[in-house]
Amino acid sequence: MERATCIEMIYPELEDKLVVTIMGACAQELYNLGHRENFFYLQHAMGLASSIGLGLARHLPDERVIVLDGDGSVLMNLGTFTTLARYRPTNMIHVIFDNGSLLSTGGFDSQTTSGITDLAAIARGAGIEHVASADNELQFGEAVLEALELDDLSVIVAKVKAVGPDHYGMDLELPENAFRFRRYIREKKQATDQ
Amino acid sequence: MPVSYENSKVIFEGIKAAGIKSVSALPETWLGLLLQRAEDDPDIDLIQVAKEEEAIGIAAGAYFAGEPHVLLMQNHGFLAAINGVVSLAQLYGIPLCMLIAFRGHWGEPYPWHTRGGIITEEVLRALSIPFELARDPDKVAQQISEAYTFSQSSLSPVALLLTRDLMED
Repeated sequence: MERATCIEMIYPELEDKLVVTIMGACAQELYNLGHRENFFYLQHAMGLASSIGLGLARHLPDERVIVLDGDGSVLMNLGTFTTLARYRPTNMIHVIFDNGSLLSTGGFDSQTTSGITDLAAIARGAGIEHVASADNELQFGEAVLEALELDDLSVIVAKVKAVGPDHYGMDLELPENAFRFRRYIREKKQATDQ
Repeated sequence: MPVSYENSKVIFEGIKAAGIKSVSALPETWLGLLLQRAEDDPDIDLIQVAKEEEAIGIAAGAYFAGEPHVLLMQNHGFLAAINGVVSLAQLYGIPLCMLIAFRGHWGEPYPWHTRGGIITEEVLRALSIPFELARDPDKVAQQISEAYTFSQSSLSPVALLLTRDLMED
């Protein structure tokens, strides 16, 4: 299974959600499908995408937040599972694309290669109740649908191939992405309040 | 020396007076009484992290959500959070209002705090993070309010260092 395929499968669902991605391939593959103002690409600070997701979800209870994370990033902030479990944002879905590789930085094996480390088991052990693993498109699609129907925090670990896009680059400066993402949220809130 | 009950209260009231209802923190001794108040106050949403760098992400999320937020941490926790400060907050222009317990400085009896204390101000300078020292309980509320205002206008991390004079009786 390829991450690009998974992102394409869920892309229509992302239209009205707040989406936070990690750096590199994941961000690029989402961007290539068409940027939306409700997408924030964390192009550095590995590990913090899910923490941003928690900050959003906790303060915007009427929104759904979807974090598109990766094994290399989440391994840099395993404590995030414990904080997510403790505060349990019911409006957040944490998708982790596990390619067992630090793909964007040279393709070195990560600790999850060959199933040595099981991120789903770590998430469960941290106390997250709804954790799904997906090895193929069907399982991934079902896991996402189930998570969307659930009014609770979900973690989905999707095993994907260590492949990325053939080009990188966005017509979007990093602060510009942050300003526009914030403006999108503010305007949506104002429209709802009226 | 015991942590100052009165000054912990003054700082907490200062946070509230600045209009802040969302607080992230990693507990440490000097912040203990302050965090107890935050935990007991129904108007304050306290998010306790496992490591301080998480709080940089949470603060960014709160900022995007339009929710005024402060971060409470020890200076060693700040040191542990630097990549997030640089490569999320500074890179994207996201404000952070950090209240940092300034351990390991004048009067510090514990050896383990000293190295971090000695380098804290130089690290803040190297990172171009504006900071002030909070020593006087009569001024700290204003300093918190001004730190928050400045973080928002400059779209930058700002630090208020909570000193021994303020935090201990």
